[in-house]
Amino acid sequence: MAKSGAPAAPPAITHERTMAGALESFVTQTFAVAAAEVQKLRHDPLELLTRAVQPVLWLMLFGEVMARVRGVAPGNIPYLDYLAAGILAQSALFVAIFYGISAIWERDLGVLQRYLVSPAPRAALVLGKALSAGVRGLSQAIIVYILAWLLGVSLDFNPLNILGVAAAIVLGSGLFATLSLIIACIVKTRERFMGIGQVLTMPIFFASNAIYPLSLMPDWLRAVSHANPLTYEVDILRTLMLRKGLSDYGLALDFAVLAAASAVLVAVAARMYRRMGY
Amino acid sequence: MPDDSALAQTPITVEISALTRRFGDLTAVDHVNLSIRQGEIFGLIGPNGAGKSTLIRMLTTLLPPTSGTATVAGYDIVSAPAEARRHIGYVPQLLSADGSLTGYENMLLSARLYGVPRKEREERIARALARMGLTEAAHHLVGHFSGGMIRRLEIAQSLLHRPQVLFLDEPTVGLDPSARETVWERVLDLRNRFHRTMIVTSHLMDEVEEFCDRIALIGNGRIVAVGTAAELKAQIGPDATLDDVFIHLVAASEGEKEGSYGEVRRARRAARDHA
Repeated sequence: MAKSGAPAAPPAITHERTMAGALESFVTQTFAVAAAEVQKLRHDPLELLTRAVQPVLWLMLFGEVMARVRGVAPGNIPYLDYLAAGILAQSALFVAIFYGISAIWERDLGVLQRYLVSPAPRAALVLGKALSAGVRGLSQAIIVYILAWLLGVSLDFNPLNILGVAAAIVLGSGLFATLSLIIACIVKTRERFMGIGQVLTMPIFFASNAIYPLSLMPDWLRAVSHANPLTYEVDILRTLMLRKGLSDYGLALDFAVLAAASAVLVAVAARMYRRMGY
Repeated sequence: MPDDSALAQTPITVEISALTRRFGDLTAVDHVNLSIRQGEIFGLIGPNGAGKSTLIRMLTTLLPPTSGTATVAGYDIVSAPAEARRHIGYVPQLLSADGSLTGYENMLLSARLYGVPRKEREERIARALARMGLTEAAHHLVGHFSGGMIRRLEIAQSLLHRPQVLFLDEPTVGLDPSARETVWERVLDLRNRFHRTMIVTSHLMDEVEEFCDRIALIGNGRIVAVGTAAELKAQIGPDATLDDVFIHLVAASEGEKEGSYGEVRRARRAARDHA
C-alpha cells in the first residue's frame, strides 16, 4: 500500500533528442510495422498461394490468346514477355490497393488505436505500412518470376537487374498502398472502400502500359497514362526483368517519378492518419 | 486502499480543465474538470453513451477536443500530444492485440514503437509477460488466447515503456469472474509496486467500489459527482449502495435532457458515426 512520501515516478525512458537519435527511432518504428507484416506472412503462408492465382490466370488465359495478335508488343519482344512485366506490376498493385481495407479492419478491431497512441511519428507508421506492402509485393514478384520462367519468358537474372526490379516493386507497392491508406482515412468504412477500390484499380491498370503500349491509345488516354505512376513502374520492370527489355522513358526518370509520388503521398497520409483514431 | 492523507500529498498527474467534445449536435463530453493524483486508481462510471470512452480517447490524444484541454504527466494533450503519448499507456475497450501475431511478437511491436532501448527489449518483454502470467503462452498466436489472456497481454503491451498514466477502458468487459479478478490483481499490483496512475472505466459497480480510490460518475457527458465510494454513498443516505448513488445522480441527470424521437435519433447516429 502507498506510504506517505510516495516513491518517485519510475524514470521515463531516455529518449534521445538528437537528430541521429530521432532518426534511429524513426527507422526502428518504421521497420517494426513492416516486421509485424513479415511475421504475419510467416504464420499464414497460404495467403501467398491464393494471391498467386490471379497472375496465373492473366498470363495463361489472357496472355496465351493475346500472344496470337500481332503488333501489340513493340519490336522483337514476344507478347507473353511483354505482358509478364505488366502482370507483375498489376499483381503488386492489386495487393497494395486493398491495404486501406486492412487499415479499416484494424481500426474496427482496435489494433490501429494501439499504433496511434504510441509516440511513433505518424509518418513512421505510414511508411511502415508502405514498406509492408512492399514486402508483399516482393513475394508476388517471386511468384510471377517462377511462373514467367515456366512459361518460357526470357528473363534476365543479372543480380543488379533483380535488385532494380525489387526496388521498383517496393516503391510501386508502397506508393499505391499509401494512396489506399489515404482513401481509407477519408471513407473509414469497408463498404464504401470496396466500391472505391474497384473503381480505382480499373483505370490505374488499364490507363497504363501494363498490357499494351501507350502508342495504341487515343491521345487523351495516353495523356492520362503518362500521369499514372504505374506506367513508370512497368517501364522499369520491362527494362530490367526481360533480356531484351528497353526503357521508354529512361530508368532515372522512372525512379524519380515513383520516388516523388511516394514522398508526396506519404506526407499526405501522415497528416491524415490521425483521423483513423476518431 | 491507501489512506487519503498519503494520496493527497502526491503530485497531480492528470489535470482536466473544461474538456469538451461535440459530435454535431451531441455534446459527448461537456466541460469536464478533474484532477487525478499520482498513484491513484481512478474509476469513471456512467451509462453507455455517457461519454467515458470519448473522454479517454481525448486524454490519450486519439481524438482532439472541441474546446478545453488537459495535461497528462505534465504535457498538454492539445499542444504537445506527441510528448504526452510517451507517458501514456492505453488499453482500449476494443481488441488491440493483433490476433495474427504471437504474444511475444505483439510485445516486440509495442516495444519498438515506444522506443524501448534495444538492449532492454528482451528483458523487459520477458518480465512483463511473466508478471501477467503469459510466459508459457508467449509464442502462441494471440488468435488462440482466451479473453482474459488477451486483456493481460494488452496491459503488458501498454506497460513496456513504463508510462506514468495507464488508461484502461472497460478492462474486464466480457471476462468471467476469475479472469476479471486476475486482471484487477495485476492492476493493483502495478499501482502498489510502481505507483502508476490508473484511470479505469467500468460499468460494474462492485468492482469499481472494490478497487478504485476515487470515482467520478458521468452522465450526459458531465461529471455528476466525484469522491471515494464512501463519500458518494454518504451523499444519498446511511444505507445507500453505489447502485443507489448511480441511479439517484445519473438517472436524474439523464432525465433532464430526455428529448424527442428526432433528438434521440440524431444523438444515436452521431454516436455511431463517431464510434
